[in-house]
Amino acid sequence: MKGRLKSFTGWFLILVLALGPLSACSSSDETNSSGGSSSDETLDIFSWWTGAGEEDGLNALIDLFKEEYPDIEVENAAVAGGAGTNAKAVLASRMQGDDPPATFQVHGGSELNDGWVAAGKMETLNDLYESEGWEDKFPEDLIDLVSKDGDIYSVPVNIHRGNVLWYNTSVFEESGVEPPKTFDEFFAAADKLQEAGVTPLALGDKEPWTATHLFETALLGTLGADDYKKLFTGELSFSDPKVKEAAENFKKMLSYVNEDHSSRNWQDASQLVADGEAAMNVMGDWAKGYFVNDLNLKVKDDFGWVATPGTEEMFMVITDTFGLPKGVSNPEDVKKFLSVLGSVEGQDAFNPLKGSIPARVDADLSNYDEYGKETIEDFKSASLAPSLAHGSAAPEGFVTKVNQAINIFVTQQDVDQLISSLEDASGDLK
Amino acid sequence: MKTETTMRSVTVTTRKKRSLTKDHMLAIGFLIPSILLVGVFVYGFIGWTGYVSLSNWNSLVPDFSFVGLKNYLYLFGDFRFQADLRNTLFFTIMFILAVIVVGQILAILLDQKIQQESLFRNIFFFPMALSFVVTGVVWQWLLNPSTGVNLFLAKLGLDSKWYTDTTIFPAIGWGKIEFGIPIAMIAVVIAAVWQMTGFSVAMYLAGLRGVPEEVREAARMDGANEFQVYWKIIMPILRPITVSVIIIMAHISLKIFDLIYAMTGPGANFVTDVPGVYMYETTFRGNYYANGAAIAVVMLLAVAIFIVPYLWSSRKGEA
Repeated sequence: MKGRLKSFTGWFLILVLALGPLSACSSSDETNSSGGSSSDETLDIFSWWTGAGEEDGLNALIDLFKEEYPDIEVENAAVAGGAGTNAKAVLASRMQGDDPPATFQVHGGSELNDGWVAAGKMETLNDLYESEGWEDKFPEDLIDLVSKDGDIYSVPVNIHRGNVLWYNTSVFEESGVEPPKTFDEFFAAADKLQEAGVTPLALGDKEPWTATHLFETALLGTLGADDYKKLFTGELSFSDPKVKEAAENFKKMLSYVNEDHSSRNWQDASQLVADGEAAMNVMGDWAKGYFVNDLNLKVKDDFGWVATPGTEEMFMVITDTFGLPKGVSNPEDVKKFLSVLGSVEGQDAFNPLKGSIPARVDADLSNYDEYGKETIEDFKSASLAPSLAHGSAAPEGFVTKVNQAINIFVTQQDVDQLISSLEDASGDLK
Repeated sequence: MKTETTMRSVTVTTRKKRSLTKDHMLAIGFLIPSILLVGVFVYGFIGWTGYVSLSNWNSLVPDFSFVGLKNYLYLFGDFRFQADLRNTLFFTIMFILAVIVVGQILAILLDQKIQQESLFRNIFFFPMALSFVVTGVVWQWLLNPSTGVNLFLAKLGLDSKWYTDTTIFPAIGWGKIEFGIPIAMIAVVIAAVWQMTGFSVAMYLAGLRGVPEEVREAARMDGANEFQVYWKIIMPILRPITVSVIIIMAHISLKIFDLIYAMTGPGANFVTDVPGVYMYETTFRGNYYANGAAIAVVMLLAVAIFIVPYLWSSRKGEA
């Protein structure tokens, strides 16, 4: 009896173990099919724009392209999920397998330059910029973000601002708080809000990058744009006293956040502000899209915004760009698409729907809401700083390690340990 | 065509030797394709992963220069990986114990010749049909500290932070981390047990049905009470099932990824992080391919510790 039972369970076990890998395989099949085929004639546009506003923006852009070039077949090869993480994983395997998409979404800055350009996978676009006359149509700082060693490698389609403090206007009015501009004003306002029984600052760091996002705004506000940028070129060490001061500011900000921050994502945190349970939230301006499109709030009436403490004249820039990978079969078609993407019409078709502002300096202001108009003006005059949390300032490897150090810091709050982990990680900057 | 002719010639030579029958040849012919596929796509890639884990490939550009155990040394000195090992250890222990105990109790209750037994059997087994991702999302909301069951528990004065709790109990300093039971993991264990207990119920029920009534009768005749019948007679008979449950659950819990990824993510201070999540993030977010491969190898070895002795003993048993 016992023997039979044992051999039965043994066979059963072998069956289960043998079937296990099959279920693991099925997930990779899905990504393959969504990656789509890159046959000779189709132009597959690879991105992670599958959310409400952004997908509409991409489709508007594709429609515009089809109007101008009706005989070129276009395929929207977007990969959903993980704020681009899934797409980047699919992209990496396609690039390494020499099966690149015709063009793909990539953040300007380190993600492009230290990633695909350094790997020798991108074509230069100097001639396209020249023939389209773009060199003075994009801000110089921005062209620098998509260039390496004097060559230009991608076309920016939009700009998001990272250093925005969103607040609930009625909560601010009820507690008699003015939008804070400096750290001192921020902490004073936070104390007042806490007394009034409102959570001063909403945070949702279930995905740790949101905490890094908050930290980078504290870094920018404490160091200023120039010193902030020097951190990533190695000209300024992370052991600098000012970095420590930034970490102390960050630590103090963390003392005002909602207790359940680690169970929320950024949308949940924004929702706390929308519902009036929390007063403020630091997030990039994609949060505006969430407030307006998903939660039906009114710009300025229901929620307001101000640059994060100490960053009034600065602009933490996150830019989505598209480039031309090496080894595609139809480079001329890709350039045609990029020329539409970089045109005024292209940028004005995409950005109002996506909720970002155009990368060009000569776009038509009337297409944008109050937030957009104000941000476009700020963008012209502010000094630009590349975002760390979104891969523009430093290579992904460094960002991953910073995310880990920040995730530990949020709980342990040990400033010295944070500084020393940042220093250790800075070896990966090169 | 070509393979057919070679096969035919092989058959001719073997027929002379008479050591292999036609049936054997047929079996081998059927097996060869799957042996080749498994050889390449399972063992070949396990070998490849092992090779990558010894290389310097920690950026987008592949770099296969040999660096020895550097990636492993980095991992074992890393706060996050140490936390992962601790979390996996306690998750596995709590998860397996709960699945065995709850599964056995439910199976014994079901075995009491109750009415509508198949209905209950299906209810217990049903969560197995769900994906871990579904379970993770549902339990994330059920055990969310500001919603879900906490709204009831708070009324009873039992407030819990569930998976956002960063407490480690009893928090003994060890390496860079505190060693002990991560309280946040209990929430994940509850979700995992909810999903997987149906499996052990089915296994134990099958086992209980295989115990002949005469054995129980005989024990009762010898003066054993019902508790003693279960403890001294039934449980020892069910031991091979318990071993199987342990092995199947261990290989699930040591490799767990989807449940954690959907339910909690790495967690504050990495209290709910596991090697699978770390491997995914470091490989595909950070482009640390060699580090990711090293994590994969460590996970494989951990599972092997459970599986290999079992396969060994069952092979001996059959021979």
